[in-house]
Amino acid sequence: MNRRAQLSALLALPMLWLIGIYIFSLVMLLVTAFWVTDPFTSKVKPGFTLRNFEQIIANPAYATTSLRTLGIALAVTVLSILISVPLGIFMAKVASPKLRAILAVAITLPLWAGYLVKILAMRITFTEEGFFNSMLGPLGISGPGFSIVTVVLTLTYLWLPYMAVPVYTAIRQLPPNLFDASSDLGAGAGFTIRTVVLPLIKPAIIAGSIFTFSLSLGDYIAAKFVGGSTQMIGSIIASNINLNPPIAAAFSLVPIAFVVIYLVSVQRTGALERM
Amino acid sequence: MLRLSLGAKFTLGTIVAIALAFMYIPLFLVVINSFSAARLSSWPIAEFSTIWWEKAFVSEPIRAALLNSVIVGLGATTIALILGTLVAFALQRYTFFGKQTVNLLVVLPIALPGIVTGVALNNTYNQVLEPIGIEVGYFGMIIAHGTFCIVMVFNNVLARLRRINPSIEEASRDLGATPLQTFRLVTFPQFRSAFVAGAILAFALSFDEVVVTIFTAPPGVDTLPLWIMNQMARPNEASLVNVVATVVILASFIPVWVSQRLARGADERE
Repeated sequence: MNRRAQLSALLALPMLWLIGIYIFSLVMLLVTAFWVTDPFTSKVKPGFTLRNFEQIIANPAYATTSLRTLGIALAVTVLSILISVPLGIFMAKVASPKLRAILAVAITLPLWAGYLVKILAMRITFTEEGFFNSMLGPLGISGPGFSIVTVVLTLTYLWLPYMAVPVYTAIRQLPPNLFDASSDLGAGAGFTIRTVVLPLIKPAIIAGSIFTFSLSLGDYIAAKFVGGSTQMIGSIIASNINLNPPIAAAFSLVPIAFVVIYLVSVQRTGALERM
Repeated sequence: MLRLSLGAKFTLGTIVAIALAFMYIPLFLVVINSFSAARLSSWPIAEFSTIWWEKAFVSEPIRAALLNSVIVGLGATTIALILGTLVAFALQRYTFFGKQTVNLLVVLPIALPGIVTGVALNNTYNQVLEPIGIEVGYFGMIIAHGTFCIVMVFNNVLARLRRINPSIEEASRDLGATPLQTFRLVTFPQFRSAFVAGAILAFALSFDEVVVTIFTAPPGVDTLPLWIMNQMARPNEASLVNVVATVVILASFIPVWVSQRLARGADERE
């Protein structure tokens, strides 16, 4: 068998699956966004209308929700970076080998604890009669309750390992003599971190941010259970999927657009190959 | 070495401590609340009891949901193992036009938000296949899970293939082994542990998936996460959820333990 035939044999089944099922579905989603819903039977009919998009643009709640979701996703990403970098530096450069091994397990363990379990955990922690208010109440501090703040905290809790693990791995792989060189040239620790460490671990941060950003963007379960009245893009898609599928389809193009813009803007950094 | 002042080390240590508390206190609260006698979770716990554990143990809906999760997880893992390994071999062993695109195609189902994958497949099942008389039913859920699990096997196998010395396979061929024999006796044993690690990751990912499941599960079928979610939405027996959640937390130690062992095993062989 020549190499071309071998390659085709390897790729046939996976491509049939990914293009035939997944890409086909994404394209059909795009097509359905132009279909019409019969107002009387609420049955979906093939057709071509821009009304779904007009409705979305005309409804200010949709724009507000999109921006709010984008803000939440960015906040989660920034918060994850702010926690992961010090965590990674501490683990790789301060902790003893034994403590490092313990911490490596400790930060990956919650990754497995279950998505809903973690949302449930945050719900129990921040509920009115919960742990946070009960512990800090006597100090006069009251928790954020079920609000947008708790949504950001919960999503950070959920996706932090996706940032922490690549960042830690990248920091560990930095050659120690870079630190020596920087220090010999008179740079302090803060300066070294800013000018040596951060530029070198940027690809890892970007790779991690793709997960924290994209996963937050599409989430609505956290908003449902710890967000109080906070609505996200996902909440609107989910509430329309049975009532008006074309509107749901049209609106789901918003997170796709956000993610594609994000992926395209980070593609040049080569971070995608590290995922 | 990075020379940090004592103050900087202390600041870093504090951030780490807060991050760990942020990770573990909520989980601890779930575990401890599963032993609360109360119907609703609260703090501090007034009275301890194992009543919810007893109820959870005999619950028929929990058992059915668990069984569904296992079936879907095994189905998705099988799909992911086959397709993920094939793509990993194609990308590692061959150079071709569109290689980057194929790579992106494998990553896309988890790079795009879960709700998009869920809605897209739901839309295909309901608006495209159903009108022409195809009911995907239970398989719709397995197909959906399989699709986003491929990347887990792909990543693991690809990483391992990159480290395999190609001359061992050449030696096997030179000594007269057929391609199949070479694969079975030489190639496969070298990436077996990556294959198993990929399978565990794929199963765990499927077992935990909620959003895609919501949109692709046939009516009346609960997986464990769907059961948990429905219970959270109607919290009249909220403490029952804490028991299931505690079991999930404990079960989550298994993949971590196994993958640690696999990683250690691979390191020792090198």
